[in-house]
Amino acid sequence: MESKAREYAIIDNYLCIKMPTEVDHHKAAGIRECADRMILDDKVKNIVFDFEDTTFMDSSGLGIIIGRYRKISCFGGKVYAVNTNERITRLLTTSGMTSIIEVVS
Amino acid sequence: MEENRINEIKLEFEAVSENEALARVVAAAFIAGLNVTVDELEDVKTAVSEAVTNAIIHGYKECGGTVVMNAVLKKESADTYLLTVEICDTGVGIEDVEKAMQPMFTTGLEHERSGMGFSFMEAFMDKVRVVSSPNMGTVVHMEKRLKVYDERQ
Ligand SMILES: Nc1ncnc2c1ncn2[C@@H]1O[C@H](COP(=O)(O)OP(=O)(O)OP(=O)(O)O)[C@@H](O)[C@H]1O
Ligand SMILES: [Mg+2]
Repeated sequence: MESKAREYAIIDNYLCIKMPTEVDHHKAAGIRECADRMILDDKVKNIVFDFEDTTFMDSSGLGIIIGRYRKISCFGGKVYAVNTNERITRLLTTSGMTSIIEVVS
Repeated sequence: MEENRINEIKLEFEAVSENEALARVVAAAFIAGLNVTVDELEDVKTAVSEAVTNAIIHGYKECGGTVVMNAVLKKESADTYLLTVEICDTGVGIEDVEKAMQPMFTTGLEHERSGMGFSFMEAFMDKVRVVSSPNMGTVVHMEKRLKVYDERQ
């Protein structure tokens, strides 16, 4: 949360979350906490997960996405993934996550 | 490594989330000497991360304990190695392993788990076997055949 401004930005009603280099259970709590605070405080409608820096992700990343989706989908919000590398794209598609998150290329 | 030679490591660590990265980096380093593809390296890292994370959050309920990782590398032929990785905990154990391994099955819904950990292990490794009993702990045994370029070339 050191560089919160850089990691979390709100553009219109989109919350953009810059995901860390390695997305695992250890990193999940911090991301979840920050994201949820901003969803509540700033009335965010949609969320964009930016995977530009991400080289590793395990199933903990899916949990982060599913959790945030649950929070905003009841208000008609949508969830997007951008800048995913080939492996993360594959992880999201083979796990069926693309039914809730749109992978934008 | 000579034909039929074996390399083996054992890593014992505290069940805290910081060590998830440690375990997968050690597993990657263990096979880094072979000319494996980046994808194979990532497969192993992901599978180890899944099993270790499970030990920490399900096995020990995030209250700490000891996790052991055993890794064995065995040369099978001129260009194939068999990697075996075992992740062991002495935590709460799993009552119904078959059910636990089904895609999307999770007992960690309130912790935002997706239930895809075992599915990832099975997708990224050639073989996954789980031995577990309630209150005794869990051993996740995984194997992956690695095809490499001959080191001498
Ligand atoms: N080491 C373990 N000790 C006790 N229970 C376990 C262990 N590993 C897995 N389980 C049980 O098996 C279930 C399925 O595990 P799996 O990794 O597939 O999904 P998850 O951990 O719940 O979610 P995800 O891995 O997607 O975050 C867990 O919810 C848990 O109940
Ligand atoms: Mg898991």
